[in-house]
Amino acid sequence: MNLYHYASPSTFYPLAGKLVPWFVALALILTTAGLYISFFVAPTDFQQGEGYRIIFIHVPAAWMSMFIYIIMAFWSAIGLAWNTRLSFLMARALAPTGAMFTFVALWTGAFWGKPMWGAWWVWDARLTSELILLFLYVGVMALQAAIDDPRRADRAGALLNLVGVINVPIIYFSVKWWNTLHQGSSVSLTRAPSMAHIMLWGMLIMALAAWMYAIAVALVRARSLILERERQTEWVRALLEEKP
Amino acid sequence: MLKFLFTVIRRDVLLAARRRGDWLTAQFFFVMVVSMFPLGIGPEPSMLRIIGPGVVWVAALLASLLSLGRLFADDYRDGTLEQMLLSPYPNTLLALGKAIAHWIINGIPLLVIAPVLGIQFNLPAEALWILVLSLAIGTPILSLLGSIGAALTLGLRGGGVLVTLLILPLYVPALIFGAGAVEGVLSGTGSEAQLSLLGAFLIMSLLLAPWVSAMALKVSVE
Amino acid sequence: MNWESWQAFWAMGGYGLYVWGAFGMTLLCIVGEVWLLRRHRLQTWQRLKRMKAWDPQ
Repeated sequence: MNLYHYASPSTFYPLAGKLVPWFVALALILTTAGLYISFFVAPTDFQQGEGYRIIFIHVPAAWMSMFIYIIMAFWSAIGLAWNTRLSFLMARALAPTGAMFTFVALWTGAFWGKPMWGAWWVWDARLTSELILLFLYVGVMALQAAIDDPRRADRAGALLNLVGVINVPIIYFSVKWWNTLHQGSSVSLTRAPSMAHIMLWGMLIMALAAWMYAIAVALVRARSLILERERQTEWVRALLEEKP
Repeated sequence: MLKFLFTVIRRDVLLAARRRGDWLTAQFFFVMVVSMFPLGIGPEPSMLRIIGPGVVWVAALLASLLSLGRLFADDYRDGTLEQMLLSPYPNTLLALGKAIAHWIINGIPLLVIAPVLGIQFNLPAEALWILVLSLAIGTPILSLLGSIGAALTLGLRGGGVLVTLLILPLYVPALIFGAGAVEGVLSGTGSEAQLSLLGAFLIMSLLLAPWVSAMALKVSVE
Repeated sequence: MNWESWQAFWAMGGYGLYVWGAFGMTLLCIVGEVWLLRRHRLQTWQRLKRMKAWDPQ
């Protein structure tokens, strides 16, 4: 199968349309399985009681927020290197979902932290890095929203995305350093209780579910973006013709 | 090539010298922002000493960002930028020159004012010295990273605020290590580690930022 | 199974507010995103149709 065939918006559009239901189905199945494990299989934690169950969304959301940012950077790099419109659109399609997961990670982190450590927000290294990641997402989206010319917006956002992705390890390192120096204590939201295997499985399945969801949403968003961008082309005009 | 670099730097510095108002505004902004903190938090000396390094550093960040909007904007508006980009000299040199000029105009004055502000925050002599040193390494980083933001937001409505939004997250390591160096002196744990890391960040910025800025300029101007 | 009753399930051993606050917001975000997405697609579609209708071509 020649993958380059799908590098064109006109061929990618129908392909994406066909793929979306599959990813939605996978997402639903995995979410059901994951939630089942989260609530009905995973045992009560010795130290944290039932409150710890939040990790089954907090950790997958955090993983996804970082994963999506990296995938965005991948598409940004491809777009800048080969000047392929679709690559830029994929990066744009992923951004809001990535930002959403980042927000969820922060919110669930706060709701986990409050009962466990008494504060809604702790300047834990991971949470603080997550907050900065949210700023990075917002920055890319704000930049693209501020530029009228779509081509310039694509490329500027892609460039900013790449700068961000290079910086993320540095930021994480500096925040970790900052955190150990200032806190010293063992308050760490990610120092999970000695993990029973089933807990790890629960998180992995939820993470997979989140991934399937992200792909489905990104494909749908990409399709809308394609319609918008390619509105002058024959195939889009034909499409608008036939459907009510 | 070096002559081109010096020409770019000299031109910007001369232009800034003729329009002293802009430059002075940024410096006063620096002073005022720093002064706001004791007013908002309270003047107790031991507490000021704790927050001092961070406050001065954050204010330096903001003052730097304030002046970045104009880095390329004026040249862009009158078409000079396009001409410079078309010239046979590498755009990377142009970006580097601009960043260096920005540092000379905006960064160096911060270095002069910072110790005075440090005294307001009750910092002892060695802390003041490290404050200046950390800013001396840190402000070029701000100019370099800031040039990327300025290049990306060329001619946009959002203007200064947008640049701030884009660049502040990238500044975080510089802030942490810079302010951290001063805190290290205050707490007696030393500042070498932070200053070394800050230096490494500077070298990285020096190597990568002009190149990225040049790319961003091409994206914005085309 | 972990729960003796539905009440125990909702109470989450005293952590109900936090657990459901977290899961609830997540659900809200997902529903919100999907809704916004559908709306965006619909609006794009309608706008493009309108633009095409006015197009002299």
